[in-house]
Amino acid sequence: MIDQSTLWTVIISLGLGSFALRFVFLGVVGNRPLPDWLLRHLRYTAVAVLPALIAPLVLWPPATGGETDPARLLAAFAAIAVGLWTRNVIGAIVAGAAMLYLGLYLLG
Amino acid sequence: MQTTKSPYWQGFGAGAPFVLILVPFSTLFGVVATEAGLSVLEALTMSLVVVAGAAQFTAVQLMSEQVPVFIVILAALTVNLRMAMYSASLTPHLGAAPVGLRALVAYFTVDQTYACSVAAYEANPDWQLRQKLAYFFGVATPILPAWLGFTLVGSLVGATIPESWALDFAIPITFIALVAPILRTRAHRVAALVAIAMSLALAWMPYSLGVIVAGFIGMAAGAEVERRMVAKGTWT
Repeated sequence: MIDQSTLWTVIISLGLGSFALRFVFLGVVGNRPLPDWLLRHLRYTAVAVLPALIAPLVLWPPATGGETDPARLLAAFAAIAVGLWTRNVIGAIVAGAAMLYLGLYLLG
Repeated sequence: MQTTKSPYWQGFGAGAPFVLILVPFSTLFGVVATEAGLSVLEALTMSLVVVAGAAQFTAVQLMSEQVPVFIVILAALTVNLRMAMYSASLTPHLGAAPVGLRALVAYFTVDQTYACSVAAYEANPDWQLRQKLAYFFGVATPILPAWLGFTLVGSLVGATIPESWALDFAIPITFIALVAPILRTRAHRVAALVAIAMSLALAWMPYSLGVIVAGFIGMAAGAEVERRMVAKGTWT
């Protein structure tokens, strides 16, 4: 269970921080151009940070006590394959969920 | 003769299809947040204040792992670093607006409003500030209510969903589904693979710090591949 003071600290700080990230150039920096190297790094935030965040959860799911789970692993691969192939976010979610339930049903 | 009404409705039309993507995504956030112990009001406040799906999922996931607050905020803000890039590329178009309006633009800067607006500004170089602002808020008009409304729906139904649904895995699947379609170039794929490898290799670090370090190493790897491809003339 999440502690109340933790939760509200996170909500408020994250709200302020996210707004600051959105306002930083628009509001403060104005029309000055940004260095290329900075923009080049920012381009890869989503494709680096999100996989880094979930890789341990895919391989060692907390729900199984950290034990690698074939159903969850297969579900992850199904979502990757369909996402790469169709470029469709919802299609990839559906494929991952379908594989997860199929795997849990057959292997669980 | 350009009116401000027409760019607004053009923006509205461009934003409307994204509601289809936001409905399952925001519903899922409501469900996952409720499962993690957030009340309906708390989940809704988070969507209203943060307005960034991936960062919200990240924060909820790490909070339920009992990671220290500082790390939760740092990780979720790292996920949101791309918003700074959006802010930077909107600035040449909207930077001349009054500060209050710029603050409002900043609040409404999400993946969809940014992507639609920048594409429209490039397609309509004759647009003045007024038309550009109208278009931007046109895109935002259908998106924000959908985001909040379906967070509410998700958090209302979340409490009724049984544990056998394995919702712990909703976040990993959603993030994979968000990332896989945008792995367009070799630089993007290298960034993702390096980040995954580093994250697994650094899993021993306390407080999930390995995730943040791995994210930055992945970003640097992607940027370096792009730099080399540009130098060799193979970057398109």
